[in-house]
Amino acid sequence: MKPKAVKKSATKYILIALAVLFIAVMLAVPLATVLVYALRQGWDTFAAAIVDPYAIKALKLTLTAAGTTVVLNTFFGVFASWAITKFRFRGKQILTTLIDIPFAISPVIAGLVFIYVFGRIGWAYPFLQAHDIKIVFAVPGIILATIFVTFPFISRELIPLMQSSGTDEEEAAALMGAGGLRIYRKITFPHVKWGLLYGIILCTARAVGEFGAVSVVSGHLRGKTNTLPLHIEILFSEFHLTASFAVSSILVAMTVVILVLRNIVEYRVKREERSH
Amino acid sequence: MRLRKRNKVIPGFGLSMGVTISMLSLVVLIPLVSVFINLAGISFADFWKIVTDSQLVAAYKVSLTSAFIAACVNGVFGVLLAWVLTRYEFPGKRILDGFIELPFALPTAVAGIALTTLYSDKGWFGSVFAKIGIKVSYTRIGITIAMIFIGIPFVVRAIQPVLEKLDGSYEEAAEILGASRSRTFFKVIFPEILPAALTGFGLAFARCIGEYGSVVFIAGNIPWKTQIVPLMIMSKLEQFNYTAATSIALVMIVFSFVILFTINIIQSRVAKRAGGK
Repeated sequence: MKPKAVKKSATKYILIALAVLFIAVMLAVPLATVLVYALRQGWDTFAAAIVDPYAIKALKLTLTAAGTTVVLNTFFGVFASWAITKFRFRGKQILTTLIDIPFAISPVIAGLVFIYVFGRIGWAYPFLQAHDIKIVFAVPGIILATIFVTFPFISRELIPLMQSSGTDEEEAAALMGAGGLRIYRKITFPHVKWGLLYGIILCTARAVGEFGAVSVVSGHLRGKTNTLPLHIEILFSEFHLTASFAVSSILVAMTVVILVLRNIVEYRVKREERSH
Repeated sequence: MRLRKRNKVIPGFGLSMGVTISMLSLVVLIPLVSVFINLAGISFADFWKIVTDSQLVAAYKVSLTSAFIAACVNGVFGVLLAWVLTRYEFPGKRILDGFIELPFALPTAVAGIALTTLYSDKGWFGSVFAKIGIKVSYTRIGITIAMIFIGIPFVVRAIQPVLEKLDGSYEEAAEILGASRSRTFFKVIFPEILPAALTGFGLAFARCIGEYGSVVFIAGNIPWKTQIVPLMIMSKLEQFNYTAATSIALVMIVFSFVILFTINIIQSRVAKRAGGK
């Protein structure tokens, strides 16, 4: 199909203007608000809020939780996509639906479920009490809740890619005597590497910013179980407006990096798809 | 689980299935089931009393109406944005495209405090609205705006691939036959993108109802007026009223499954139609 000579019409410019205006008002201005409010009392106040020991501890906890989450979910995503796309078995549809459950559930409920396992009313509580292990209102609970909300992120990116590349090459390699790890490294991985990276980026973004689920299981102990988003909430509700926006700007910086990376990777994924 | 013979060539079924099922059970299934075991202890009458409590009913109304209006706005602008991004070339297009994903990537608490400040009486937008006597932050309008923010990517990303693949010859035929451009859009293009738009609408609607972080700040949480359903779960938890928290959670889960089920029906119909071509 040859692209028709587009008549430069008024409609085109009105539609573009509307789209740009909508994005500017709804997305760009809120983003700008964060930076402007963060810096409105000068650089010193901004820097003081960021190097505050509680903020640094919150940042460390957020990075620990997000890092653990991404590693474990990548591990899961790789195995789950292998099981689902390379073999035929009964109940596959049910399995994929079950993996997607966290997408459909409110983050508050995602936190709630762990209270019923490890909290004071949970069935695992007597055991945890006897061995002096704390999960809810402690770091492990925060990590678990973060894993829950981002659980399907990586398998969801990998499954469609691996489905479209089929199983012929893997079968041939296996018949020639290659082991599982070797097949994955030499055949499957090159097909899915950009998709995998894309999934990891999305998972990181969500894991760093998760608020509702973490809020339920954290217990809000400053310096101990406060992640960066929770720290922002406390600063904001105590009317430390500038400080809360200064800390937010750390997360905004991460978001911008993530969006730029995402754009580059998406471009690579599309190019890869076209070359197949 | 029965494997077909020819599949047995590829190694790793046992290992990958084992990892998948055990992680899924530990992280998702067992915790989720634990919630409902807790609920088995109460009678249906008690459950019904909790979930039809008048303050909670007010919260359902706030959540549902705000989410519905937000999803409608997202539907209209989603079609517009997808159209502009697939059909026109203009400077800054890739930046605009990148911005669409912002609500996915920006931590919800940051979005929440930014919107609250922006639309408060002293904020850039709020002060303008205040002059004409409209309060945005801490009202249902504010809740709706936060929900529009969070739902923007869903409709755009659902429609974009459909528009990209749409065969241009139908449009050309319609135009050669003398249809006006708006008529071509509504009679030829719109029916093609409608299922995708509905899918996006449903996903945005479901996300808006469940959303907590970006909405809770701007809502102000005034009982009967601006409390959303996820906040009701939160406040029941803070009062250690676990039975009530679970009951509300069950209502929300059932509701989001109904939405997802509806989307699945729409999608499978579309797949059938596409397969028939």
